[in-house]
Amino acid sequence: MIEVQDISKSFGDHQVLNEISSEFEPGKISLIIGSSGSGKSTLLKCMVGLHKPDSGKVLYNGQNFTRMDFEDRVPIRKDIGMLFQNSALFDSMNVEDNIVFSLDMFTDMSKSEKKERADFCLERVDLAGKNKLFPAELSGGMKKRVGIARAIAMSPKYLFCDEPNSGLDPETSILIDELIQDLTQEYKSTTVVVTHDMNSVMGIGEYILFLHKGKKWWEGTNKEIAHTDVKELNDFVFASPFMKVAKASF
Amino acid sequence: MDSIGIGSLTLVGIISTFIGAVMTMQIAFQLVSDLIPNAIIGQINRDSSILELSPTITALVLAGKVGSSISSQIGSMRVTEQIDALEIMGINAPGYLILPKIIAGISMVPLLVIISVFLALTGGLLGGAISGAVTPADYIDGITDEFNGYIVSVAMVKAFVFGFLITSISAYQGFYVRGGALEVGQAGTKGVVVSCISILVADYVITALML
Repeated sequence: MIEVQDISKSFGDHQVLNEISSEFEPGKISLIIGSSGSGKSTLLKCMVGLHKPDSGKVLYNGQNFTRMDFEDRVPIRKDIGMLFQNSALFDSMNVEDNIVFSLDMFTDMSKSEKKERADFCLERVDLAGKNKLFPAELSGGMKKRVGIARAIAMSPKYLFCDEPNSGLDPETSILIDELIQDLTQEYKSTTVVVTHDMNSVMGIGEYILFLHKGKKWWEGTNKEIAHTDVKELNDFVFASPFMKVAKASF
Repeated sequence: MDSIGIGSLTLVGIISTFIGAVMTMQIAFQLVSDLIPNAIIGQINRDSSILELSPTITALVLAGKVGSSISSQIGSMRVTEQIDALEIMGINAPGYLILPKIIAGISMVPLLVIISVFLALTGGLLGGAISGAVTPADYIDGITDEFNGYIVSVAMVKAFVFGFLITSISAYQGFYVRGGALEVGQAGTKGVVVSCISILVADYVITALML
């Protein structure tokens, strides 16, 4: 369980997050949604420790992650897997080396065990046999899948995904969503996804946190989102003609 | 180590050899007097190469070649979130990315300076012989006469400090870059400029303190 308590964050005079509080449960996919500049990526970065909040705290199973120093955070970080918006694969390493990187750093697994784990992770994301390709040789969708394979290499308890569907075609986007859903069930991980993608919201959003102007504006499930009367949320979710038509059928 | 050391050897070698040859001819041109023995040409070339030309020119060349490469490489990792990925994995990113480069810098630059000194002296011998400015015998007399080993220590201290400055400044510029491709390019340029100025200031300070 991850708890976010009264997180505020400013960059200069611009307040990006204003006292956000929420809880993210294990075995569930939680989505953070909102328009561009609403603070969702900043909230995610505060949660994983890439940004230090001005006030408030992030608790991982009751442990105050925000107050910990670098060394104390390492055991929690080993349980974190993260998929970045642009995959953030190490471009000097091939696919297999990207996946086994954290195993090299934090485990005493033998070379064959690490290879076996890399093969398993690649098979899990449907990229078996692509071990020796470099990131520059992969398509956008393949990079995302390698990013997921790298994120699950250490069997994470916490899985974070920053815009996992950005730049992908609808079919690949759905595949990535299904993969995130399967992995969340498999590892019983606390999965937090920042997204703009309405297919993801309606498809996998077991818990949805809607941010607007840096504040928590609404929270609920994907079943509830269709029947909400919050104007800002309706404007955001049902902005496209397709979603407007779809709303009628909810 | 490969990129800083082996990768820079050809460039440093060519520059050192030609600077040694040109230095010999210019010293000979300025010392036209029957009262001054020709062996002095070799002596001046030796001391100038060891004390100043080889450490400083090698460092300035490396600041341009290796410094910009380090800034751009680390800067690209920053803007493509690769450094964030390292930090989320619990890896000390500065220790993982910057420390090996500093170790390579402080160990490879002194080696390159030693090679540069030998090539500058060899260049001086060839340049003097080909141009007729000084005979090989007089030149070798000059470079072996009244040799003071202390100047090699000064050169090594300079090389060590320059190696540290080039790698740490360039890595710092790359590590804290914000933005995109434009800022990565600017970080590379800034890394080279700040490294070059720091090398010249450090050169003055070390010379003032040690000589």
